[in-house]
Amino acid sequence: MSEHDHHHHDHDHSELSETELRVRALESILTEKGYVEAAALDAIVQAYETKIGPHNGARVVAKAWTDPAFKQALLEDASKAVGTLGHVSRVGDHLVAIENTPGRHNMVVCTLCSCYPWEMLGLPPVWYKASPYRSRAVKDPRGVLADFGVSLPKETEIRVWDSTAETRFLVLPMRPAGTEGWSEEQLAELVTRDSMIGTGFPKAPGAPS
Amino acid sequence: MNGVHDMGGMDGFGKVEPEPNEPMFHQEWESRVLAMVRAMGAAGAFNIDASRFYRETLPPQVYLSSSYYRKWLLGLEALLLDKGYISKDDVAAGHSVAPAKALKHGKFSTADIERIMVRGKFGRTAPAAAKFKAGDRVRAKNVHPATHTRLPRYVRGHVGVVERDHGCHVFPDTAANDAGEHPQWLYTVVFDGRELWGPDSDPTIKVSIDAFEPYLEAI
Repeated sequence: MSEHDHHHHDHDHSELSETELRVRALESILTEKGYVEAAALDAIVQAYETKIGPHNGARVVAKAWTDPAFKQALLEDASKAVGTLGHVSRVGDHLVAIENTPGRHNMVVCTLCSCYPWEMLGLPPVWYKASPYRSRAVKDPRGVLADFGVSLPKETEIRVWDSTAETRFLVLPMRPAGTEGWSEEQLAELVTRDSMIGTGFPKAPGAPS
Repeated sequence: MNGVHDMGGMDGFGKVEPEPNEPMFHQEWESRVLAMVRAMGAAGAFNIDASRFYRETLPPQVYLSSSYYRKWLLGLEALLLDKGYISKDDVAAGHSVAPAKALKHGKFSTADIERIMVRGKFGRTAPAAAKFKAGDRVRAKNVHPATHTRLPRYVRGHVGVVERDHGCHVFPDTAANDAGEHPQWLYTVVFDGRELWGPDSDPTIKVSIDAFEPYLEAI
């Protein structure tokens, strides 16, 4: 390659990484072959950015905290129960809700890849998909919780759910004390993403958001 | 396959590092990769099990050193090349230079977005009665298929208890290889932490997997 070519190459692509170039090339190939509409790819990204997220799961949890019949239905068949809520309708067939109690804490992982209840919680955070969490959650869940600044009484049973199939797990955390009489909307504000994965607790009432 | 993706119980990866206020995507290209995978899957180029298998078969050193969406990109490229949807010449040119191959569900368009925002259905009619029921003690088989499986290594050979029956589901082990859905009963099986990690491990830990019936044997 001559100096000139080299310079030219750098000038064209200096702002793009090898990965970015590869992604662009693949996108060109797929659209040119007529496999996908370019606008449809934009629309997928937009749908993920706007339509899914932990606010969906938080509404489900808040409803379960205030409506005992819904809570029972949720624990029996979460897909069916969530399907009855008009505002959260994107749930698939295989959602399972698991309840934290004073004696038992639930935590969800996917050791093999990154299975996660997208419809309830949005796309998973990087840590959930990364090796430290996937390797340690099943062997040393208390150590993992410590990484999140979470500690549980040493006699509390910790149940780790490894998402090895198409079932998806949503943790139903315990309702924080001091929230008697709160509305569903107020309660939903306390429900964090991590509390529905089992690596955190809901916010305490009055805590900074 | 006994790949590095099967990392339950491995040591040495360090602390979990949550990122406060993490963005949905760290770089724009990540969102394009997600969209291409979802679109090509929905168009019928592959199923979810095949897409997982192609990420698992990345060389171990590549798997461990690539970011999540980089793995998705490499897996997608390999899968589309293998199935003949793209060619090496296309990739080298960075443009389509070879003819297209027909997709099972046709071109993915904006009209298909709603369909992919609801999860697929994996439940199937049962071909036979369930072998196990809640409360049964079972052993996870000591098997080591070189192909795709969802039976993690850390439970193989260990005894657990069936807790829930999820009905019959598509069997990933065959679906991943285009060998058919072969629906199988799916159970949540719970293992005591000491059964998995030894008598000196924390006695308060229980770990469950969702296990397809062929992964289990009666004891």
